[in-house]
Amino acid sequence: MGDPREHRGGDTHTVTKRRSEVGAAVGGLRLAPARRPAMDRKPVVEIENLRKTYGSLVAVDGISFAVQEGEIFGMVGPNGAGKTTTIECIEGLREQDGGSVRVLGSDPHRDGYALRPRIGVQLQESLLQDRIRVWEALHLFAGFYPNSMDWDLLLEGLGLAESRNVAFAKLSGGQKQRLFVALALVNDPELVFLDELTTGLDPHARRAIWDLVIEIRKQGKTVFLTTHFMEEAERLCDRVAIIDQGRIVALDSPENLIRRFGAESRVVFTAEDGFEAQRLNGLTAVTRVERIGERVVVHGEGDELIVQVVNALSEGGVPIRGLRTEQSNLEDVFLALTGRAMRE
Amino acid sequence: MRGLSRLTLVEMKLFLREPMMAFFTLAFPLVMLLCFGTVYGNEPSDYFGGYGMVDVSVPGYAAIVIGMTGFLSLAMGITVYRERGVLRRLRMTPLRPYAVLLSQVAVLFLMTALGIGLLVVVAKLLYGMRFDGDVIGVLAAFTLSCLSFFSMGFVLAGVAPTARTAQIVGMALFYPMIFLSGATMPLEAMSDAMRQYVKVLPLTHVVTLLRGMWVGDAWGQHLTEVAVLGVLLVVGLVVSAKTFRWE
Repeated sequence: MGDPREHRGGDTHTVTKRRSEVGAAVGGLRLAPARRPAMDRKPVVEIENLRKTYGSLVAVDGISFAVQEGEIFGMVGPNGAGKTTTIECIEGLREQDGGSVRVLGSDPHRDGYALRPRIGVQLQESLLQDRIRVWEALHLFAGFYPNSMDWDLLLEGLGLAESRNVAFAKLSGGQKQRLFVALALVNDPELVFLDELTTGLDPHARRAIWDLVIEIRKQGKTVFLTTHFMEEAERLCDRVAIIDQGRIVALDSPENLIRRFGAESRVVFTAEDGFEAQRLNGLTAVTRVERIGERVVVHGEGDELIVQVVNALSEGGVPIRGLRTEQSNLEDVFLALTGRAMRE
Repeated sequence: MRGLSRLTLVEMKLFLREPMMAFFTLAFPLVMLLCFGTVYGNEPSDYFGGYGMVDVSVPGYAAIVIGMTGFLSLAMGITVYRERGVLRRLRMTPLRPYAVLLSQVAVLFLMTALGIGLLVVVAKLLYGMRFDGDVIGVLAAFTLSCLSFFSMGFVLAGVAPTARTAQIVGMALFYPMIFLSGATMPLEAMSDAMRQYVKVLPLTHVVTLLRGMWVGDAWGQHLTEVAVLGVLLVVGLVVSAKTFRWE
């Protein structure tokens, strides 16, 4: 797994831009439908004070949130934070010890069988039979639902058409996950649950899966996902609940979380020895300037930072090279909120 | 209903694709028949009350197939599916839990019947096996034996923490039965005392019941076997209902 810092450097605008580029690539040139304002949309998942304990271990410690129709909602946090327990209570696979869970207006535990045709589920660490073929799995699962999609189209859309006769055990990790996505979509659900969908995948396969998730949302479905990859949450989610030790420590859009809790941003460039870096300290957006050999790192806050630094440099006529910005990301937000790094 | 039938069909295909399962259920009994049939033939003998070696062996081999599917195939199948999360994934579909279990029972019942069917056909064609019982009686005895052993298989699947444990415990319970239940070594070859001891093995009752039905005994002569298998069936169902785990 690569160092998360490799991925730094995308500010919030780049994230949104990348998102629409990906969407256009997947869905032809069709643009994402205009999203309705949040107030018009109704909650599809409502959690009130959810609690779940295993013996003396408190896995989920009284969390509340709502997922709105048509959004990609993510729960992020380290392994063991309570993400899977929460998603499994919502799916109806586990019964909570306290609090209430409503999914599409029903109680997932009591009305589970009425709800199942309307939801699609990909479970963490679930496998299929080794010798079942891709098409057999889809044919089988399609038969469980009163209404199901044309799964041949689904296979094509997910890039599995050529593997339709391949046995499950012979699929690559990415293909297996795409098959599980196909199985989660075969009943054309309104709400799709994806639990640690890209864990164990290589970066290339992970990106391919991200495109799929965005495509699922474009079809008007709501996506509820969990991940322990902050970058994944940042790229995909409209809103993110950061969960740690069974509690939600923050819930907002990734952009807002980074703005509110993210540490400063940085402008980094290389300048010749004669450059007096300290004079950048006078700029209002700058908090600190560091000089490491030829490299200059300007720390500061807000969107003004880069504008002020670039203006000052061009006015001074200083020759500089390789200017780039580094934005804080959700990893920094997690660190700021919990005092611990995501990966210990 | 469509879900159950598709699952049963897929499970049947998967069973036949699994070389171990298919071999032990379908081919292994035939191999035993051919080995012992070649060595001993099927001449009528006073030792077996006028029947030949093959005549008395076929119900015994049939009992082995039943024991194998119950103690090994079923318990292994369920525990492996539990470990891999297949059961969890199926539970998230509208398919009812009983349908998942029913499809397993249906597939193993059909495969056991197929294995025994092959055995009977080959024994008939190659060795002119004698059969004096009535078909309904044999089918009833076969069904009772299967269900009884399947319910014990469910207990094993529920109690065993892992698939590996289920396999080891299943083998440890089943292997002695191959030799001591009369399924391979006829009960006639055992001392009277031995014949009493081996009655603690459930498979002994299957062998005795099937052999009885094979030669046309009345049910009244086999009340003990029917009672033992019936009690095991009920106890197995009650215990497995309490111990069964989906994950």
